Parts: sequence; C-alpha cells; structure tokens
Amino acid sequence: MTVTISHYLILAAVLFSMAVAGIFINRKNVILLLMCIELMLLAVNFNFIAFSRMLGDEMGQVFVFFILTVAAAEAAIGLAILVVLFRTRQSINVEELDTLRG
Amino acid sequence: MVCAISVILVVDVFLPPSRRRATFYLTMLALLGTALCSLYYGAGERTTLLYGSFVSDPAGNALKLFAYAIVALVFLYSRDYLEREGLYKGEYFILGLFALLGIMVMISANSLLILYLGLELLSLALYALVAFDRESSIAAESAMKYFVLGAIASGTLLYGISVLYGITGTVDIGELGAYFSAGEGPQVAALLGLAFVIVGVAFKFGAVPFHMWLPDVYQGARTPVTLFISTAPKLASFALAWRVMVEGLGGLHGSWQDMVIVLSVLSLAVGNVAAIAQTNLKRMLAYSTISHVGFILMGFIAGTPQGLSAAMFYTIAYAFMAAAAFGMIILLSREGFEAENIADFKGLNARDPWFALMMLMIMFSMAGIPLFVGFYAKLVVLESVLDAGLVWLAVLGVFFAVIGAFYYLRVIWFMYFAEGSGIESGGADDSLVAEAPASLRIVVSANSLLLLALGLFPGQLLELCGRVLG
Repeated sequence: MTVTISHYLILAAVLFSMAVAGIFINRKNVILLLMCIELMLLAVNFNFIAFSRMLGDEMGQVFVFFILTVAAAEAAIGLAILVVLFRTRQSINVEELDTLRG
Repeated sequence: MVCAISVILVVDVFLPPSRRRATFYLTMLALLGTALCSLYYGAGERTTLLYGSFVSDPAGNALKLFAYAIVALVFLYSRDYLEREGLYKGEYFILGLFALLGIMVMISANSLLILYLGLELLSLALYALVAFDRESSIAAESAMKYFVLGAIASGTLLYGISVLYGITGTVDIGELGAYFSAGEGPQVAALLGLAFVIVGVAFKFGAVPFHMWLPDVYQGARTPVTLFISTAPKLASFALAWRVMVEGLGGLHGSWQDMVIVLSVLSLAVGNVAAIAQTNLKRMLAYSTISHVGFILMGFIAGTPQGLSAAMFYTIAYAFMAAAAFGMIILLSREGFEAENIADFKGLNARDPWFALMMLMIMFSMAGIPLFVGFYAKLVVLESVLDAGLVWLAVLGVFFAVIGAFYYLRVIWFMYFAEGSGIESGGADDSLVAEAPASLRIVVSANSLLLLALGLFPGQLLELCGRVLG
C-alpha cells in the first residue's frame, strides 16, 4: 500500500480531534491540557509538511519552523502560569478552577 | 518603527528598580516616537516589504496610530493604580509594549505567517499580563483559562490556515485573495479551512459561542490589565478579521456571511441578556464587550467597504469607551478596595457630581444614546446592514441595543437615585474620589469628554475610516 497525501491528512485530523477532545474531556490535570495543546500544534505541523511535500513548495516547512518556535514559547508561558497556579492554591486540578463563574 | 520600540524595551530592562518612574516616561516617549515614525514614513500609498509579507497601507497606519493613542491612555490610567497596589514593576509596561508590537505586526501583516506571529506575540504578552499579580489566586485561574482557550483558538486558526495553504499553495494574503476571487465557486475543502479560520477569529474577538474566556479574564485580572485587554487588542482583532476575511477570503464572502451572521446575533443576544444578571461591574462590562463585538461583526456582514469602515469606526469608538469605563473603575478604587461592584457606585452623585456626570456620559455612550459616539457607531453599522438588504438583522440589532440600554441605565440609576453611599458594600467612604491624583482625574475627564466630542462631531473620524479603507 502506498501512503498518499490523504493518509497524512487523515492522521493529522485524527490527532487534532484527539487534542480537542482531550482538552474538553479531561477534568483532572492541567498538565494534560498543556500536552493536548502541543498535540494540536503538532497535528497542524503534520498538515503543513504534507501539503508542502505535495505542492513542492517550501513555504509550509518554513511555517512549521515558526510554529515550533512559538509552541516552545507558549509552553514556557503555560508552565509559568501553572507554577503560579500551584503556588497560590496547592492544586492543579481542573475541576477546582471554578471560583469565577456566572 | 518596529525598531524604535525594541530599542526602548532593552533600555527599560536595564533600568535600576529605584528609577521605575523613568520606565514609565521612557515608555511614553517610545510610544510618541513610534507614532511620529508611523506618521512620517506611513506615506500615502500601499507598499509591501520583506518579499511581500509585510504591508504598509493607509488603513493600517490609521489603526496603528489609534493603537498607540489607546495604549498611551491605558498606561496613564494604570500608573497610579500599580504604584498604589505595590505592583509597579517594569514588566507591566514592557509586556504592554510587546503586546502593542504584536498588534502592529498583525495590522501590517500581508502573509498568514506574519499574522500568526503577531497574534502569538500579542497573546503571549497578554497571558503573562493576566497572571501579572503573582499573589492572586483568581488572577492565576483566569490566566490559565485564558491561556488554554487562547491556545485552542490559535490551534484552530492554524489548522484552517494549513488547509487553505494546501488548497492554494500560498500563505500570502494578496495571492489568497486573488485565488479565491478568481475561483470557480467554493470547494468543500476551502469551506473547511474557512470554517476553522472563522472559529479562530471568533475566539480572539470573544464572539458567542467562543466567548467563555472573556468574563472570567475581565473579572480575574487586575483592573489595569483588564483595561489593557479590553481596548487595544480589539483593534488587533479587527485587523485580523479584516486581513483574513476581507482581504484574503473576500472571494468566499457568500460563504462566511452566514457564519458571521450567526456569530453576530448570538453575541448580541447572550452578551446583552447575561450582562443584566451581573453585579460585578467588570463582569458586566465583559458581557457588554461581547454584545459590542456582535455589532462590530455586523459591520463585516455587509462585505462592502462602507460596512468595513463602519466596523472600524465602531472598534475605535469602543476602545475609547472601554478605556474610559475601566479608567473610572481605577479612579474610584483605593488601596485594598476595588470599585468593581455596581453597588459601589451608589450615591456617587452626592459624593462627586462631576465624576458621576462623567460616568453617565460613558454609560450613555456605551448604550448608544444620541449625542455620544456610541450612537453613531451603532448607526453606521446598522446602516451598512440595511444597505445589504438584511432588514431583520438591523431590527434585531436595535432590539438588543434596547435591552442593553437597561443595564447601563441601571448603573446610572445607582449613581443618582439609589439610597446609601456604597459604604455597606465594602469600605467605601465619602472621600472616595478625592484621593485620586489630579493627573488621573484629568485624564478620565478628558477621555469621557472625548466620547461626547466624537459624538457631536463624528464626521471627521467617519470620513477618515471611509477614506483609508476606500
């Protein structure tokens, strides 16, 4: 069986949906949320690389490099917020993040 | 002009902590310098830089100038509050400037890659700003919510961009626009990409049903931060929607029109109805933001240059209104006490008639009562919708604006007619405003009077919006 572009796209779509589902279903741990966000960006990277290869155009790969860099910065900020969160309330349980509502 | 900001930022970092005031003045100087650069170099016609990924055009320059003005206003408001609360650190101004840089990049972007980078620069600075008060548990919680939802938004937007790239083979906004206007009608894949992009844009705007982060962030963040988030980034959201939806995907207007109509109507409905139930003023203003976003999106629906300039006018007017409203909250709060509950405004008229009058003007403007700028903003947006033949939508807009007027008028009722002086609600006393420094009082007054002035003479700003986009 040859691997075609649609296989890559389906894989990326599945990864993306898993990430979104993970964010909404997960009720326990904030770190899992961060992991899901990373997964989401990686799924997008998959898409870009596949398209870039298909079109023979390197712009998609350049885009991926930028996404990777930004994802690293984003993870840093996310973990920093996580540390602040843990320091102030000694817990990173998603269900306890409900003081603000209405 | 981007360089100017960066240089000052580096200087800021190396300033000794004891000379914090210098940071503020340097920041203001940087803003002024950048504004002058934009004025000087932002010559008439449209030019592209860096292999066509960066564009300088009149509309972008006008938006940038307004962004500088609004950020300067925000910093003026914030300074005293931050000093009082012991949060006066260079970080606030530096993160603010980085966010502004992100806004500028977004406004000038002519490629989806640059647009995304600007968006991330803005968002990352804002996440950090929300978590700025490290001791506060609700600030950390709202920062986390903002971060997670904002990251989902970026991810969704990126997924949409990747699909569009796959179809067209380009991320250049101009080429995208050419591809889709020459296209033989919408393809399914293009619609998929379009839908993802619209979801991302709606998240950043805070349109229903992607508005969940907005009230929490507004309430949880410290007031100066809320002030920042509610003003300048709205211009960036406008720029994002304009560059992507109008310039890039203008050829698919027929397809995204329906999606934006749904977003707009839902935003108006949820924003206005939920705001009625709020007792916290910051949260109420958050829901009112959502309803204003509904109006801004309405300007996009028509898809005409006139509708677009109406949306731009609305965005600018809204940024000034929000700045004034949150400035008022800052003005009335004192050490250890935030005037963030609507009940805190009880009997304000008896204590300080002048600022009660200013608050009255701000609320009237937000409610869209004639003579104030909010009225003209709503009027031009509704006009553009009417021109597009969507009478029912305009009627719905007016209907929700009337509902919206209720909760603004309730604040006014509290100020002028409610019994009590707000003491029972938490530590306020008669000298509530007297403690605020003179500079802050002058700026808040000037900002409120500006709303009236723009309301009386809206022609110039309207004409400007029309000209730069035309």
